[in-house]
Amino acid sequence: MPWLSGAYGNPSGHHSVAAAARTALDQARDVLAGALGTVPGDLVVTSGGTESDNLAVLGRALLAPGAVVVGAVEHHAVLNAGRAASQLTGQPLRTVGADRHGRVDLSELAKALDPTVSLVSVQLVNNELGTVQPFADVAALVRRRAPRAVLHTDAVQAAPWFDVAVLAEGADLVSISAHKFGGPQGAGALAFRRPVELAPLLHGGPQERERRAGTQNVAGAVGMAAALAAVRAAAPREAVRVAALRDRLAAGLLERVPGSVLTVGPGVPTAPGHCHVLIEGVDSEELLFMLDTMGLAASAGAACASGAMEPSHVLRAIGTAPEAARGALRLTLGHTSTDEDVEQALEVVPRAVASLRSVGASPGPLARRSA
Amino acid sequence: MRVLVALSGGVDSSVAAALMTEQGHEVVGATMKLWGGPSDSGCCSVADVEDARRVCQQLGVAHHVFNFSSEFERDVVAPYVEGHARAVTPNPCISCNAHLKFDRFWQRARHLGFDAIATGHHARVSGRPTGRVGGPGAGPWHLRRGRDAAKDQSYVLYMLGQAQLRDLVLPVGEMTKEEVRAHASRLGLRTASKPDSQDVCFISRTGGRSAFLGDRIPVGPGRLVSPEGVQLGEVQELELLTVGQRRGLGPAGHIGPGAGPSGRRYVLDVDLVQRKATLGPLAGLMVSSLDVGGVTWVDEEPQTGEALQVQMSAHGRPVGGHWEPSPLGDGHGRVWLVEPVRRVAAGQAVVLYRPDPDGDLVVGGGTSGG
Repeated sequence: MPWLSGAYGNPSGHHSVAAAARTALDQARDVLAGALGTVPGDLVVTSGGTESDNLAVLGRALLAPGAVVVGAVEHHAVLNAGRAASQLTGQPLRTVGADRHGRVDLSELAKALDPTVSLVSVQLVNNELGTVQPFADVAALVRRRAPRAVLHTDAVQAAPWFDVAVLAEGADLVSISAHKFGGPQGAGALAFRRPVELAPLLHGGPQERERRAGTQNVAGAVGMAAALAAVRAAAPREAVRVAALRDRLAAGLLERVPGSVLTVGPGVPTAPGHCHVLIEGVDSEELLFMLDTMGLAASAGAACASGAMEPSHVLRAIGTAPEAARGALRLTLGHTSTDEDVEQALEVVPRAVASLRSVGASPGPLARRSA
Repeated sequence: MRVLVALSGGVDSSVAAALMTEQGHEVVGATMKLWGGPSDSGCCSVADVEDARRVCQQLGVAHHVFNFSSEFERDVVAPYVEGHARAVTPNPCISCNAHLKFDRFWQRARHLGFDAIATGHHARVSGRPTGRVGGPGAGPWHLRRGRDAAKDQSYVLYMLGQAQLRDLVLPVGEMTKEEVRAHASRLGLRTASKPDSQDVCFISRTGGRSAFLGDRIPVGPGRLVSPEGVQLGEVQELELLTVGQRRGLGPAGHIGPGAGPSGRRYVLDVDLVQRKATLGPLAGLMVSSLDVGGVTWVDEEPQTGEALQVQMSAHGRPVGGHWEPSPLGDGHGRVWLVEPVRRVAAGQAVVLYRPDPDGDLVVGGGTSGG
């Protein structure tokens, strides 16, 4: 990676080393802008999806105060930026619910929209469930009922699989994060697809057309662009391959793990890599521990500041009973996933579940004693 | 042995994990996330979890965080709050041990196939775990005071039974606190000079008990009266008074006849129904026996008239006494003391010890009926 060694220049400088960095950054910007359906000048390189979401939601709300409308199943970067915007501007935050598969409730969205709305943020793909949102319908509703609103979409989960430029048709602002498609951590982008004025969150130099001050992360941007170009080139083939792996994994789990159900019902479009199941009678914290010791990295929801797992706000929003949500398991497949990985998961998960169940519930030593 | 070590982020549990590692056991560290609200000490803050994680990194062992906050709310915080609403003051650290550390955590170790659990308590268990957590095993196991008398924590472990003792290792029980800190310093552990935790972990120093309870239960004024029924004054938060309390009573705490030779009055009784607290001299608090309920035994039950030591608070001075079980055999009974002691608030733990030259043995304990 020359941008961390020989060509270690500040892209805003005036010497030749700086020029090399500038060229690399411009080329990266070309690739990213193309993939996100905008022009290079309207692509802001950020530190990741969280910053991109904050710049969109908070930046818009601060410049043009008004109601902010977000989906209940959005990533915390959007939900909490929306809360902060509401606190800072004194304007309402309206949270729109979802159906049991995680799709934004369009009739609820329609009710939340009016001419006072300044910003709407609805993701393309849900990060926990993989559910693809009916974004074209969302965009049409927003245009019709909230003419003043800027429409932002968090495309972080969509970028590894879908043509975001097409899927996000109708969005004004689009967030992505490099590490979700094999790029480096700490790099992301916010694409402006229509002229939108935002209040910058970082103040300083005039970088990124005065929308984000600070020397750019050249290595991060170059890595992000290379990774996005690679996944885009492979996408159509990879999406089919990984979806087939995922379908095999899902079917295998349902067959081999009694008491398991798919969280997202059949026929609902999802990202190819997501497999989310609810397993009866196991505690996901215990299941993840077992899977980790057996060499399988899985997830269940989000972690809190202490690193403890928090009950998933997404499962709560789609109406999953707390008891069922306790047994949530999210397995995600990526571009590097193979047949062997699926075989391993299908061997390990049923074994871990069976092991936890074989110990069974116990009233506990104290309960036994006083009985 | 495969051991799950409970790390609070303090020095004792850090050294417990270090000792288990040094003894060649396969160690996994775990910190329980218990309290989601504000905290300035205790075992629940992000900084403490971070300390535990960093200690595990230094020791080269895995670290996990178990989210037991809903159980903690249900089994520790709610009963604590609810107790105050009926003039009972439970010890939350003891409920936490009973429901979280030695039940929920024990269950988790059992589900995950560990052979033992270890904590940083200053107390001693005779014998070593023999097999899987929750498995069969021949006892009896004994629970003994820690080597460091000043730091002994056997009082808060009285609820343990044979089933848990057989799975439990207390690696710092044979050490003094100084030795624990010296060991942590030698290993360069970041918790080596961390102060001991104080008080209740979910009650912050800034707001205190009164702000915590005031937000959760209806708190209202009450009359302060003498044992003869003479009105002495008023308090704004009757629910927050505890039997034995001397401070915070205003002029009623020391003015007027009947305040005793020290000129001070103590809370003798709190009556939430009639909205009054009875105040009187220290002599009015002194009792020679205590009613104890919910008794569980760690060790062999006491013989009739057997001379025992009785401890009524975490670091209180033990007093000689003996146990008289209720004829109903329902876990109730009376502790008779060889000298008068201050009455203990309802809900506080009363722990019985059997004197032993190698360190007194916990026989069992229960909660004071007030």
